[in-house]
Amino acid sequence: MVKTLLYGYGNPGRMDDGLGTSFVEDFQRWIEQEDIKNIHTDSNYQLNIEDAEKISAYESVIFVDASKEPIEQFSFTKVDAAKARVEFTMHAVSPAYVLYLCKDLFQKSPETYLLHIKGFEWDFKETLTPKAQENKNAAMQFLKQQIKQSDLQPSNH
Amino acid sequence: MSKKITIEPVTRVEGHGKVTIYMDEEAQVKESRLHIVEFRGFERFVQGRPYWEAPVLVQRLCGICPVSHHIAASKALDVIVGAGTGDGLTAVGEKMRRLMHYGQFFQSHVLHFFHLSSPDFLFGIDGDPALRNIVGVAQENRDLAVQGVMMRKFGQEVIRLTAGKKIHGTGAVPGGINKNLSIAERDELLKGPDPLNADKMVDWSLGALDFFKHYHKNNQAMVDNFADFPSNHLSIVRKDGALDIYNGVLRAVDAEGKRILDDVDCQDYNHYIEEEVRNWSYMKFPYLKHLGKEKGWYRVGPLARLNTCDFIPTPLAQKAFEEYKAYTHGKPDNMTLHYHWARLIEVLYAAESIRELLHDSDLQNEDLVVKGTKQHEGVGVIEAPRGTLFHHYKIDDNDLITMANLIVSTTNNNEPMNRAVNSTAKAFMNGQKDITEPMMNAVEVAIRAYDPCLSCATHALGQMPLEMTLVDAQNQILSHKMKS
Repeated sequence: MVKTLLYGYGNPGRMDDGLGTSFVEDFQRWIEQEDIKNIHTDSNYQLNIEDAEKISAYESVIFVDASKEPIEQFSFTKVDAAKARVEFTMHAVSPAYVLYLCKDLFQKSPETYLLHIKGFEWDFKETLTPKAQENKNAAMQFLKQQIKQSDLQPSNH
Repeated sequence: MSKKITIEPVTRVEGHGKVTIYMDEEAQVKESRLHIVEFRGFERFVQGRPYWEAPVLVQRLCGICPVSHHIAASKALDVIVGAGTGDGLTAVGEKMRRLMHYGQFFQSHVLHFFHLSSPDFLFGIDGDPALRNIVGVAQENRDLAVQGVMMRKFGQEVIRLTAGKKIHGTGAVPGGINKNLSIAERDELLKGPDPLNADKMVDWSLGALDFFKHYHKNNQAMVDNFADFPSNHLSIVRKDGALDIYNGVLRAVDAEGKRILDDVDCQDYNHYIEEEVRNWSYMKFPYLKHLGKEKGWYRVGPLARLNTCDFIPTPLAQKAFEEYKAYTHGKPDNMTLHYHWARLIEVLYAAESIRELLHDSDLQNEDLVVKGTKQHEGVGVIEAPRGTLFHHYKIDDNDLITMANLIVSTTNNNEPMNRAVNSTAKAFMNGQKDITEPMMNAVEVAIRAYDPCLSCATHALGQMPLEMTLVDAQNQILSHKMKS
């Protein structure tokens, strides 16, 4: 694997909104167990403009986020900077937007992916729903396999 | 035929909101309303929880200003653990919290200016919507866009090193803090590689201020008259009248500068402030009790703070403040777009304060927490980036929270934001039959000046299209537009 950043985002105090950050915490433990040196992790409440500078230091980036979209358990897609659009709120700064800024401001263009994990509830609690937990585990197995094969391929599950 | 125009949500505002403009049969704006969804349920959510959890729990409110809630809650709980009402902490306790708060202030204001507002200044409010965003800024002025990104990053680093981590930071605890700043951490901020150091942040803050002043010089009439209306102004100030965003007394002045709330103790805020409920809005309308609903509403935030304080205790910001005050001959500034001017002076104040604190050896002290005789009630008030933030808690003998009351900055600005929308709608939409993108954006520019944080969860409410609906007096939809 090339130098890779795994970046989860969302508010863990809002139930399944914390899927991205929870995923990254679990993945960090696996990275340490496997003694993988070239994958770094980070997380935050949401993506923002300074993340353009952060990802400029990596050859590959995987954003991990909760999703309300009509997917089954998770989806793993390539991020296309050309699809960046003006965002309506700062909470919704997208991976494409961050990648676009990275290319435009820092002249770097890491291979960027989005791992979207299906979530269900968003109340004021610091816990994942059982179904979201199940989806997170499935996504975890998928990404571990991809990384072991050193071959990131878009996929839907 | 009268008609109703609805703009939903407001673009480039933190969270989401909906603007409704009612027009009469002559196509004149009759009334305007800004609807905002607010989670009042949170105050019930914390009831029954141990009080020491509150500084972390409140960060669930939103991912935009968690540090402000973290610090305000901690200040309220300082009172409960007997650590005084704002000035009872150890030197390292207060200064670490201040550093965290200045970091939050700096990065929040920078985001607002560079990401949300500078596009309007670079391209004009009637500019091409495809360019009027940070992507357009990057194309037009790459250095400015890079500065915005790196200044945000610096502010986030200050928060990380003081709060302990970026998500659900734990730096502030009742009675103090849980870590000091090591020499290595201090040097990371003070002597970091260019541009990530305190000196560069002060330089760039001066540059951002110059950028606005240049724009103002060339667009004076528009900036001064846009959504301009007289109002009261409220904030905390230090006891000697200095600008202070962490601790002080409550002061309010009217549109002419007369003191209408004279440096009262924040613990007594509810003796002076009341909140009105209106049947068309989820968000309350605060006002000063003794002046009543009609005359007691006020503005908070950068504009209000520079109207209430007597001076700024850092040299470069003080110089900028003097120039700013001279523009209105020492009188309160009631010009809505001058929020941006005031905000950039505060960016400079925050940068200077960070640099000054980093040179203070108290940050390496070890006496992190103080405690005294436990109380059953406490109030914490700070100046969040968007304005005055009140946290009020009561606990029982088992240390469980029995009551919580929060008045957030955006709630304090509810009435003035509605007035700003109405003022703009009248200026841009009277006599118009079709609603154009520049007209819609003009309304949004007025709201954006207040930098409202419309609390939300990333996925519960964050992703919504822009929707405009035109409805006649009989509630028939005349037209409906969606912008996604």
